[in-house]
Amino acid sequence: MTTADTIFWPVIPALKAVVILVVILHIVPGLVYFERRISAWIQDRIGPNRVGPVGLLQPLADVIKLAFKEDLTPQGADKWIYRMAPFLVYAPAVIAFSVIPVGIDLQVASFGVGVIFLLTISSFSVYGLAFGGWASNNKYSLLGGLRASAQMISYEVAMGLSIIAILMTAQTVDLNEIVRQQWGATTLGLVQWNLFQQPIAAVVFLVAAFAETNRLPFDLPECEAELVGGFHTEYSGLKFATFFMGEYIAMITMSGLMVTMFLGGWSVPWIEIPTSPTFGDVALSVFIFTVKLTVLLFFYIWVRWTLPRFRYDQLMNIGWKVFIPFSLLNLGLTATSGVMGWNWLIPLPW
Amino acid sequence: MANHDDASEKQDETRTGTTEPRKKASFALPVIKGLANTLAHVLRREPNTIHYPEEKRTPYPGYRGEHRLKRDELGREKCTACFLCATACPAFCIEIVAEEAPWDDREKRPRIFNIDMMRCIYCGMCEEACPCDAIELTPIYNIPSRTRGEKIYDKEKLLSL
Repeated sequence: MTTADTIFWPVIPALKAVVILVVILHIVPGLVYFERRISAWIQDRIGPNRVGPVGLLQPLADVIKLAFKEDLTPQGADKWIYRMAPFLVYAPAVIAFSVIPVGIDLQVASFGVGVIFLLTISSFSVYGLAFGGWASNNKYSLLGGLRASAQMISYEVAMGLSIIAILMTAQTVDLNEIVRQQWGATTLGLVQWNLFQQPIAAVVFLVAAFAETNRLPFDLPECEAELVGGFHTEYSGLKFATFFMGEYIAMITMSGLMVTMFLGGWSVPWIEIPTSPTFGDVALSVFIFTVKLTVLLFFYIWVRWTLPRFRYDQLMNIGWKVFIPFSLLNLGLTATSGVMGWNWLIPLPW
Repeated sequence: MANHDDASEKQDETRTGTTEPRKKASFALPVIKGLANTLAHVLRREPNTIHYPEEKRTPYPGYRGEHRLKRDELGREKCTACFLCATACPAFCIEIVAEEAPWDDREKRPRIFNIDMMRCIYCGMCEEACPCDAIELTPIYNIPSRTRGEKIYDKEKLLSL
């Protein structure tokens, strides 16, 4: 290692971190606009089209409005926790994205335990919801926070179990390696994505991801009909905006993880993965990742504007009585086929 | 009394079938159906809403908007200040002060004829009550104003509409 390397080694990772952060922060307004337009189309409306060309500046107008709102702290609120809560939702979602490979070996933090790190960090966001609900000194907020923690705990189990099945066949927790293993076609001519290899795990993970990010039909922590606004009832102005950003970034992170784990990540099924990628290869892989991510984000929005919210008992029933048994069954099936060498059932990459 | 109540409750329950435990159905099929439905709406893109200030919807025939006073073939107002519209008005928004008519075919005409459009409930009772067919509701619905005073229409304004 030369002296220049010892001095400048943090430059490239820092640059990557800044680029990814800026890009994610700029995806959020785009996603909000996208969501508002799609929701309008689903409901046979036109949607925002006044601010800027075809309404593209609408999110900017929303942000300006939020920035000028009064920043309230309710009487009797625990001020420090109250202020901290939005950032506890927002920060884990951003940090968790750092391990997701957005292109060929392109990620902010590339260390071997990608999946586990991501699951650990993204679980932290529940503290934000629970603290926000607790510190607001409002019964509705508290109920929202309680629901958030109960829901996250229930669905995290199913999510973890479905991921374990993937990790068992992949024999690694390195996300890039998992993507590489999903390249190519199976004997049946199908794309070798984990979506087709492990359909049960994919469905369980998908639903659990909805519950983890508090999106409809699992948005019981903020259930407007019963809890006013749930955990963010008392939040206004930019604190509310931070909660909102956190929710959307968590959605992007979960979609990114889903793309990586189940949809082949940055790989294209028919194009050989280059061993020493050129700039063009990396750009293509980033493009492919973005396309897959967009499709999943569209799915998130599509589901949100289709399904009504579940009742709380239905939520718990689905979590504990359907998804956890199914993911356990899948786990058992995967383990059995691995030990018995049933490649026709679940093909192993080695 | 209490027994009677119990019996009626039981009857209600059997009629509405609430005593039967609800069947547990899977969510999977309804979810897929719903998703197909909403996707069809996204792909069809036929909004039921319009770009309001640029595009305006033509009201249906019989739409009850703001009032106007009619003139006869000689250009005189048809109104004879009979007060029937003011009497019929449930919102008391019509104010009429009569004066002697300078013409031979009628005794009176309105000197002042004010309608408070902020107070009017656009029920059309005045139109129905009028024996001379002098007042009618037009389909005009979108005339905002900056003050309440502007929404009190006088005779000239009503005749000019």
